[in-house]
Amino acid sequence: MNPVDLLLGPLTYDFMQNALAVTVTAAIVCGVLSCWLVLIGWSLMGDAVSHAVLPGVVLAYVVGAPFALGALVFGLLAVTLIGVVRDTSRVKEDAAIGVVFTTLFALGLVLISVTPSQTDLSHILFGNLLGVSLADLVQVLVLGVITFGILVLKRRDLTLYAFDPTHAHAIGLSPRRLGALLLGLLALTVVVALQAVGVILVVALLIIPGATAYLLTDRFARMLWISPLVAAAAAVTGIYLSYYLDTSSGGMVVLTMGAVFAVVYLFSPRHGLVASRVARARRRRLALR
Amino acid sequence: MSASPVPAVQVTDLTVHYGDVRALDRATLRIGHGTVCGLVGMNGSGKSTLFKAVMGMIRPDEGTVLVDGAAPARARRAQTIGYVPQSEDVDWAFPLSVRDVVMTGRYGYQGFTRRPRPADREAVAHALERVELTDLADRQIGALSGGQRKRAFVARGLAQDATILLLDEPFAGVDKRTEATLTTLLRELAADGRTVVVSTHDLHALPDLADEAVLFLHRVLLHDTPDVVLRPDNLALAFGLDVLGGRSQQGGQGARGDREAS
Repeated sequence: MNPVDLLLGPLTYDFMQNALAVTVTAAIVCGVLSCWLVLIGWSLMGDAVSHAVLPGVVLAYVVGAPFALGALVFGLLAVTLIGVVRDTSRVKEDAAIGVVFTTLFALGLVLISVTPSQTDLSHILFGNLLGVSLADLVQVLVLGVITFGILVLKRRDLTLYAFDPTHAHAIGLSPRRLGALLLGLLALTVVVALQAVGVILVVALLIIPGATAYLLTDRFARMLWISPLVAAAAAVTGIYLSYYLDTSSGGMVVLTMGAVFAVVYLFSPRHGLVASRVARARRRRLALR
Repeated sequence: MSASPVPAVQVTDLTVHYGDVRALDRATLRIGHGTVCGLVGMNGSGKSTLFKAVMGMIRPDEGTVLVDGAAPARARRAQTIGYVPQSEDVDWAFPLSVRDVVMTGRYGYQGFTRRPRPADREAVAHALERVELTDLADRQIGALSGGQRKRAFVARGLAQDATILLLDEPFAGVDKRTEATLTTLLRELAADGRTVVVSTHDLHALPDLADEAVLFLHRVLLHDTPDVVLRPDNLALAFGLDVLGGRSQQGGQGARGDREAS
């Protein structure tokens, strides 16, 4: 087979076209949001929201509502509960996150176990790329475009919120509202990415692209380009690999992202392990001279 | 100290609690326009809380705050208050350039997406020039030295055109020369008519820096010229004994001072 056939072959199947469209959309939206999550230190929050949507998706399935609606409701519920527990008890934020999301995730597992047609619902845990229907695709595209649009339009405020919320307050903005906006967008993003990689691996899409971009540049504006581009490229590569190797598609996408991160971690020109070791050795040599 | 009828900062009978801890206890303070005011007190004396109250970040249990004659919320919207954070409160690895940081001083004047206009770029360039950071404008913020970092945040306040600048411990961990440069800059800004409020542990620098000094321990113990405030018997009110002669200005002595003063 020549390379063109290798690339175009899978695209002759509708399910592969849908899978690629959903994954690339999810990767781009996650990649953009990822930049703020990594800098604020909200990795655990991303993990929490993505797990907490599980009962919402199951309930939506039971009553026949769009799964995105159920996921969004429970994503926002999780964020609210975490805030309430943190602010009204002596429990610290990370513990509040741990309590809330595991409980909601467990509720989801219990609901799955009592709902007939378990095969369908287990897809929520691991993603079901190859079973993306046209309705799912439309849902993901619409939510993805909305989320992406808000993130890009409000990027400067969100960055200020991440960097210096006190200054944001001093110039008349509301850090509380900006934080709430970011959390709401996180819930939306999780919904977008759910179909692609499943509840358990969504956090990878939320963290790895931003972390990778952070190792490559000192400019936030550039991070906002690098992160979604890296995510999308890894997503496409992962899908093709899973097609030819006949492996889990969500798993393959995340594995590819992890591999890209590893390479950047080692070889990034400025912040990579090798570069900083070399620079340190050079400084030491100069110091000895 | 100023003849202006409306003071830059007017705090009246301000009381603030954190749980059971009383951070501010009927603090009353009036700072005029065009002065540098040094706020002196040990860690935990409520200086940071006072700053937060002036910015309207905490709701006082009692008392009022007026900034330039207005409630803090209105003063914030009017871009009156510029804030220079403590070094330890800033993520210095954050991927923003010096120019990016100074540009955030303009956000209050910009539209929904904060897209910079030519006037904004001009204000930023002017502010950078004023603090002599034009050459370093495209460096990542953490690549600056301690004093340069402080000046970058002062430039943000200038880009904002804030008439009242609050600096929280700007001299912590900077060397003598940097301190002198920063002092000169702050004195120039006061000469322009801005009000500069500096919380500091650095008692030796106070006479060069400030027009007036406030001795603070949950409330205003003394508000006078730096020379008067620095008299050992006065300092003892807030710090315990012999602060200028002692080796340590905080820590153990501060803790002792707490018990003696309260």
